[in-house]
Amino acid sequence: MTFVDLYLLPTLLTVGKILLLVVPLLIGVAYLTYAERKVIAGMQLRKGPNRVGPFGLLQPLADGAKLFMKETIIPSGASPIVFLLAPIITFSMAMIAWAVIPVSEGWVLADINVGILYLFAVSSLEVYGVIMSGWASNSRYPFLGALRSAAQMVSYEVSIGFVLVTVLLCVGSLNLTDIVLAQGENMWFVIPLFPMFIVFFISALAELNRAPFDLPEGEAELVGGYFTEYSAMTFALFFLGEYANMIMMSGFMTVLFLGGWLPIIDIAPFNMIPGVIWFLLKVCLLLFCMLWVRATFPRFRYDQLMRLGWKVFLPFSLFYVVLVSGVLVYMDWLPEIG
Amino acid sequence: MTAPEFFFFIFATITVLSAVMVISSRNPIHSVLFLILAFLNSSGLFLIAGAEFLALLLAIVYVGAVAVLFLFVVMMLNINFARLREGMAKSIPIGASVGAILLVELILVLGAYGFRDADHPVLIAQPIAESGPTNTHALGSILYTEYVYLFQGAGMILLVAMIGAIVLTLRQREGVKKQSVPEQIARRREKTVELVKIKPGQGMGGEV
Repeated sequence: MTFVDLYLLPTLLTVGKILLLVVPLLIGVAYLTYAERKVIAGMQLRKGPNRVGPFGLLQPLADGAKLFMKETIIPSGASPIVFLLAPIITFSMAMIAWAVIPVSEGWVLADINVGILYLFAVSSLEVYGVIMSGWASNSRYPFLGALRSAAQMVSYEVSIGFVLVTVLLCVGSLNLTDIVLAQGENMWFVIPLFPMFIVFFISALAELNRAPFDLPEGEAELVGGYFTEYSAMTFALFFLGEYANMIMMSGFMTVLFLGGWLPIIDIAPFNMIPGVIWFLLKVCLLLFCMLWVRATFPRFRYDQLMRLGWKVFLPFSLFYVVLVSGVLVYMDWLPEIG
Repeated sequence: MTAPEFFFFIFATITVLSAVMVISSRNPIHSVLFLILAFLNSSGLFLIAGAEFLALLLAIVYVGAVAVLFLFVVMMLNINFARLREGMAKSIPIGASVGAILLVELILVLGAYGFRDADHPVLIAQPIAESGPTNTHALGSILYTEYVYLFQGAGMILLVAMIGAIVLTLRQREGVKKQSVPEQIARRREKTVELVKIKPGQGMGGEV
């Protein structure tokens, strides 16, 4: 009896909650790929996918079915265990990050008081999927792609860290729910910390290996980058992981800067809409910006990418940390801790 | 067995096994990957001990940054594995003695033998109270007040090491074409483009 009460029921409840979060997330990932093709097609005066189902809406399902039925090929020179582990790591890192993101008031799997560090840790572990796949493929192009990616992700994490510090200074807590609530009391952090929001957005693009920083997969010079040798479901896991990471980073930005589930102004028509809808709208806005960037900007050269990370963003975010803490101390706006 | 105990044994077993694999696996890349696994599991052990800040710090600093660079270097270097193996018998006694010293130190500290007096009844820091400040808050308030000079000193040492590494590896090469961004931005149309009227059949007349 105690076993059922103490362990079995909570486990089942948690599994149910995880499914409620992960299933919509995976559907979202599938339709993000569709949205990407449609949005970029619209920006380039094309039609995009329009053959499978009405408006091509069943295209992601058709793509998924195709990938599922293809053969998984492991190259003969590859190191099979590491080769198969890499896409699994990429995909599961993208999934576990969602454990701490509050999608609405109290709608969070684990309301831990170091949530922001957890997300930072998970996003810094994502590099392992890339670097392991590049090494395990035992092939030139994936290896070059993996090395590029490792250096890129480590570089941009530094400035992301400083952006997080400025937000933490304004909140006084590492808990993501507290961060959203602090924005409800004052204002969304995108207003006072707008430069940091831009730095975070661009660093997130670099961290996600998205255009214009998609050098790790740079198809013009590296064939397909680190997943050149992957096929079928192993490739699909990389693909899903990458898009799930885009949604995760957008969710992270929403929580840090755009007030999470909070309505735009707290008056009648706006605060009647449930918080989760607001959260989704904000995430969609940021995702649209990411797709927009991809359709607009040419790819960076690698030395320019490193220069931007180390010589522009790092000093700037460091300066902003000093500035924000100075203003907070001078105006006596430092938050109450504990 | 309660759930924390159960997870403690899982994490502890994997930590020890992967630590053994770090020194026994044939491929250095696999060694580094096992080292990362050991780090992650020790961060799990920290979590069980209730030190969530340290756990995530371990994951961010060691796994997210240090081990990536480690993996990077091991992948890039062309190591002769056969020669590395030869030295194994020689270095095992040294490694074992370092391990033994650490073990004795740990026993001395945790058991607190001999070092106790009236002022210092226990050597191990006591866990903070359940209802008190969070771990992050408690760590911050002791690190930046009581130990601020030591903290700054550690920072200084790291800074000096970093500058030393840069000075040792920096080399100035002649004749390298580099992009100078301020120069590019400062370029104006008037300085670089000129509209010249050319009469047919005469060309520029040598002046450019």
